Amino acid sequence: MSQSWRDMYSQLLSSNQISHTSSSIQDTPLWQIESSQWQRAAELAKELSARWVAGWAEQLEDSFNVNALLEKDGDYVLLRTTVAEQHLQLPSQSTIYAAANRSERHTRDLLGVHFTDCPDHRPWLKHQAWQKHEYPLRKDFPLSGQPQDITPPDMDYAFVKARGHGVYEIPVGPVHAGIIEPGHFRFQAVGETILNLEEHLGYVHKGIEKLAVQRSPEKLARLAARISGDSTVAHAWAACQAMEQAASVDIPSRAAWLRGIACERERIANHLGDIGAICNDVGFAFAQMQFSRLREQWLRPQLQDFGHRLMMDYIVPGGVSHDINQDACERQLQALKTLRQELDDIVPAIDMNSSLEDRLYTAGYLSPQTAQDFGVVGYVGRASSQDFDVRRDKPYAPYHTLQIDAVLEEQGDVASRVWVRVKEIFASIKLLQQMLSQLPDGDIKADWKTPQANAEGLAMIDGWRGEIISYVRFDEDNRISRFYARDPSCVNWPALEKIVLNNIVPDFPVCNKSLNGSYSGHDL
Amino acid sequence: MLRLFSKTLKTGVVTERIKKPAADELEQLGIEVKQQIDRHFKGSLAIRAVDAGSCNGCELEIHALNNPIYDIERFGIHFAASPRHADVLLVTGPVSRHMQSALLRVWQATPEPKWVIAAGDCAVCGGEFGESYACCGSVDKVVPVDVAIPGCPPTPEMLLKGILGLINGAKTRSQPSDARQK
Repeated sequence: MSQSWRDMYSQLLSSNQISHTSSSIQDTPLWQIESSQWQRAAELAKELSARWVAGWAEQLEDSFNVNALLEKDGDYVLLRTTVAEQHLQLPSQSTIYAAANRSERHTRDLLGVHFTDCPDHRPWLKHQAWQKHEYPLRKDFPLSGQPQDITPPDMDYAFVKARGHGVYEIPVGPVHAGIIEPGHFRFQAVGETILNLEEHLGYVHKGIEKLAVQRSPEKLARLAARISGDSTVAHAWAACQAMEQAASVDIPSRAAWLRGIACERERIANHLGDIGAICNDVGFAFAQMQFSRLREQWLRPQLQDFGHRLMMDYIVPGGVSHDINQDACERQLQALKTLRQELDDIVPAIDMNSSLEDRLYTAGYLSPQTAQDFGVVGYVGRASSQDFDVRRDKPYAPYHTLQIDAVLEEQGDVASRVWVRVKEIFASIKLLQQMLSQLPDGDIKADWKTPQANAEGLAMIDGWRGEIISYVRFDEDNRISRFYARDPSCVNWPALEKIVLNNIVPDFPVCNKSLNGSYSGHDL
Repeated sequence: MLRLFSKTLKTGVVTERIKKPAADELEQLGIEVKQQIDRHFKGSLAIRAVDAGSCNGCELEIHALNNPIYDIERFGIHFAASPRHADVLLVTGPVSRHMQSALLRVWQATPEPKWVIAAGDCAVCGGEFGESYACCGSVDKVVPVDVAIPGCPPTPEMLLKGILGLINGAKTRSQPSDARQK
């Protein structure tokens, strides 16, 4: 049997005189390294083709912890270093991993940790709502802050400029023409061709990490459920799983299965809505009408069975809030059959449509190499040969007992992303059929245990958009001292800047929709 | 192409009509909306949706108003791409401070007479986020609000009801000074 990458990485670190004191958060190894070695450690991980997953920091008494999560083949390693408050800097990992760039800027804006030689010194989440040299996540910064009467717009963000004959700029947003979230896109174009796109996000920064501090587990679950409304189940699950780890709470197996059912239902609902919307972005109303009808018919029973149309607050610490009875299982199984039949009619109709083919094939190409370089996850990654699915590669209940077939496409264009999602609907229908027919008996909620002070939890959950990372640390008295959630959008957004290159400006909406990043999940 | 037509025919009209008024008051509501809109807007109401910091849950339900089951357009209500074409601003979110200026500008760009609907708990009272260094706390702290539709998120039916409430209570308001000018 071949050596795991973790062992190879550990040997590589040792042979480079990088000491890494090992401990763990549940089953994720945690390696404490020297801050001066921070960049070198990333370099060595890159040599082993590990993926940079997430980064976040945390203020302690008179120092700061900086974390970077790496993964390969479903094996995660959490690197941690401690930096003294008087000398709050460390070498950047974003020179090695592009994915670390925005995350490091996020950490700098909110905590004031300085990553030397970070190639990008522009603020990211910070617009004008707080002052330079103020850091909202620091303990001495009050939640209320010192806001101005009217927060001025962030006018001076230094976008990359392109000059030359016939080059022009298109600023879009933050308020967009459709019913979508706010963000700014700056295009440079020649004629209709996009030369460059730069995103400027952070408009919906709501201070979620700060709001989490001192919350009880129940209240944190409610907050996590509102990180990104379309992923309410997945985010709540990730936060609850992290808290349950920290508190050593084992949830009943029925609760885990019900969470799985809710999560797969959420996946289907979002895929249905988005496939229709992508087709609508190229003027194909048939698909939009059919899929939005299916989505509505899919959401309605959730009000009865899960207490909410979007299943918000269904997942609670220790389990779930509603049980479903045998009748509801039967009804849901029947609905799966109906959905399957409907799709068997609709999918061939859109598959054979030449006008869709014209617009979706080859549009918005993301090469497997770029996808890997950016550490892109979820259906965006899987449409560009990135064969990763947390449910299969680092399985958690209930998926550890189920057969997960990850859907993979290689073409990397908008059509591929649509097809991955179509196939994922079919895969989820299968999973739901298994889960509904084998739902174990028992309780739906475990009793909560107060975790020890400083207890940590780290959860990876595969939401419909891809891998969600959730980290918590508890304070005394069952209160949260640090919460960080990395929505898959954080690593997928940068890929959009590459996806649109050499496409025409009017194809931007369909390219954007095919990726469908969450602004709220990214901005926190 | 045949498959497409066949599916369209097989699906038929799914738009909901009056069945049992007690259980499903959508159609009745809609009819009322239509009459009110006819009176005030000559059969057409243009809504500009503005996300001022929502978690996107409200947007999902606003989108649902356009699906063939609710089909809000049959009542003469449609979503406009620009505030300059809008009669009503449908604002969601606790108004993140980073969106405050943008929301004010949208409000200023909307021609009189105009109405503002705050949709969702965040827009109505701050919801889960409230007032903080990052959020203003509710829409009425930034622009004057005519109708508040609570819910996290409000269901499509509640959104329709809210629009009805607006039209019923409609009064010609043109007090730009209500909003804090930039």
